[in-house]
Amino acid sequence: MRTISTEKILEVRDLTISFNTYAGKLQAVRGVSFDLHKGETLAIVGESGSGKSVTNKALMGILPRTARIEKGQAFYKGRDLLSMTEKEWEKVRGSEIAMIFQDPLSSLNPVTRVGKQIAEIFILKHKLPRKEAKRRAIELMDAVGIPDPEKRYNQYPFQFSGGMRQRIVIAIALASDPEILICDEPTTALDVTIQAQILKIIDRLQKEKQLSVIFITHDLGVVAHMADRVAVMYAGKIVEYGTAEDIFYNPQHPYTWGLLSSMPDMETEEGEELYVIQGSPPNMLYPPKGDAFAERNPYALNIDFKEEPPMFKVSDTHYAATWLLHPKAPKIERPAALQRRIEKSLKRAKGV
Amino acid sequence: MAEDNVLLEVKNLKQYFKSGFGRRKIIVKAVDGVSFKIRKGETFGLVGESGCGKTTTGRAIIRLYKPTSGEIYFKGKLISGKLSEEDRMMVTQGIQMIFQDPISSLNPRMTVKEIIGEGLIINKLVKDDDELTEKVVEIIRQVGLTEDHINRYPHEFSGGQRQRIGIARALISRPDLIIADEPVSALDVSIQAQILNMLNRLKKTFGLTILFIAHDLSVVKYFSDYVAVMYNGKIVESAKPDELYNNPIHPYTKALLSAIPIPDPLYEKGRDYITYDPSIHDYSVEKPEMHEVSPGHYVYLSPSELEKYAR
Repeated sequence: MRTISTEKILEVRDLTISFNTYAGKLQAVRGVSFDLHKGETLAIVGESGSGKSVTNKALMGILPRTARIEKGQAFYKGRDLLSMTEKEWEKVRGSEIAMIFQDPLSSLNPVTRVGKQIAEIFILKHKLPRKEAKRRAIELMDAVGIPDPEKRYNQYPFQFSGGMRQRIVIAIALASDPEILICDEPTTALDVTIQAQILKIIDRLQKEKQLSVIFITHDLGVVAHMADRVAVMYAGKIVEYGTAEDIFYNPQHPYTWGLLSSMPDMETEEGEELYVIQGSPPNMLYPPKGDAFAERNPYALNIDFKEEPPMFKVSDTHYAATWLLHPKAPKIERPAALQRRIEKSLKRAKGV
Repeated sequence: MAEDNVLLEVKNLKQYFKSGFGRRKIIVKAVDGVSFKIRKGETFGLVGESGCGKTTTGRAIIRLYKPTSGEIYFKGKLISGKLSEEDRMMVTQGIQMIFQDPISSLNPRMTVKEIIGEGLIINKLVKDDDELTEKVVEIIRQVGLTEDHINRYPHEFSGGQRQRIGIARALISRPDLIIADEPVSALDVSIQAQILNMLNRLKKTFGLTILFIAHDLSVVKYFSDYVAVMYNGKIVESAKPDELYNNPIHPYTKALLSAIPIPDPLYEKGRDYITYDPSIHDYSVEKPEMHEVSPGHYVYLSPSELEKYAR
């Protein structure tokens, strides 16, 4: 187990973002707070529409025009990112905070040779001469595992496969030596075998360069592989966060229970009924009163429909927003299938 | 099992696509000699990475393409190639498909009732509008929607609900075989479980035979009675799910199985993925073929390779 540095590189406080739409004000992010420590990987998990991508777009300063940051701060090296001007952003975006997107084809320029797209950064940001930039770009292509980089340098994105394209995108993101790397579902569009390779590369480069990574995904297997700490988002809020061990072996929020037990894994028996989170996520144009998850929560208490639960402390590293953790709440067991899986995992960990 | 139980048989199916002209002409062998049988009541899982030809196989079966060579038998009748009007009706009614993308597979200008009932009208299975409504309502209840949904348009539904409409459309003509092409991969995790549970229930109520095409091995294992792994247009290994997962032989199957991340951080951080390099196969001297290594477990390898891997 890696020890996580306690030095905070990014502090997000009470971030609230809404979108102006024809139908009204859509509350995409509703008071999100988290810290990113130096050299760690923080995974943000949630379904589509939970606000995970919007949160990170705010941290990159690339929110669409219809979005409005209602309140909140994000401190990076003593500066509040959210109150910076576009001029100031230009010094930070891409150079200190870089991002990898889900679709590698649409994040590359289709009419520019890939090598040039990487070398460009060395020329523009590091002011290197052309020759030197080319050499560094080829070095970097080699580092992200592109075979025959000298030849590939002069090819166009369409000549690359999905996995190779994503490697180029990673190379571009790393060319400027960022402090923080935001990965927005970097492997969702890829096959499992390719995904495994890409995760390996991100993992290795992170250790080499002491990067701090925010990893957005909905695949809990990927989270287990990558994350030191995990934040679970639902309806624009973080409902539970803790270390990966906290979240996978001691989950407290019923939504986390649902996420963990709703997918079949290799040990699920055929024909066994899967645990299901009933219904669908709430419409954030009209966020429900009380806990947004109450409607779909089989363990909901009366108070869930009236008042939003605060963050309860489970341990020093582990917090969850559910009334079930209130001292007066009835004791509720986790779903049996999930409990079985957790026990099995812990047994396996002891055995190894 | 008796031969007459076989509902669908695919024999040496080849599907090539041509692109370009003259010197630039390229032939893509999307499906390159695939054979399998699906028995009545069975769920047959077809797994593989994108571009391996699994979707093309499904599409060739419902006659969206004209196969380059090979035969497809449905209920003992040859259905690849020219068919009489009567046989064509039998096929279109007997084989139905559920598509991956619930948004683009529903016509945005038709109501739910029109979408679901279209097959009945075309195949002249209903007398009048009242009977149509009755049948649509009956099926829509089975997939967890309600009667007031039938006059709405697709855009009014969420992704999960749209996939339910797609499933209702496939089920209404009481098909013998359903081809489900990645039916859950475009949906959110919490919705995926809902749809999988429902398909499992429908499988029992209607006694469905399903060809389940997916790239997610854990879903396929959970859902199928028999699994075939495809790579580069060929089936490289097939077996019952437990056998395949506990005792994989082909290097590609091994790599595929090792690449699935498991939601268990302590285990996941300590392990290594196996990578597959197709160039390890040297087929210049020995030709690979299908070998039955144990009853019902087939592997596509050359004899010497088989000896090496089967241990």
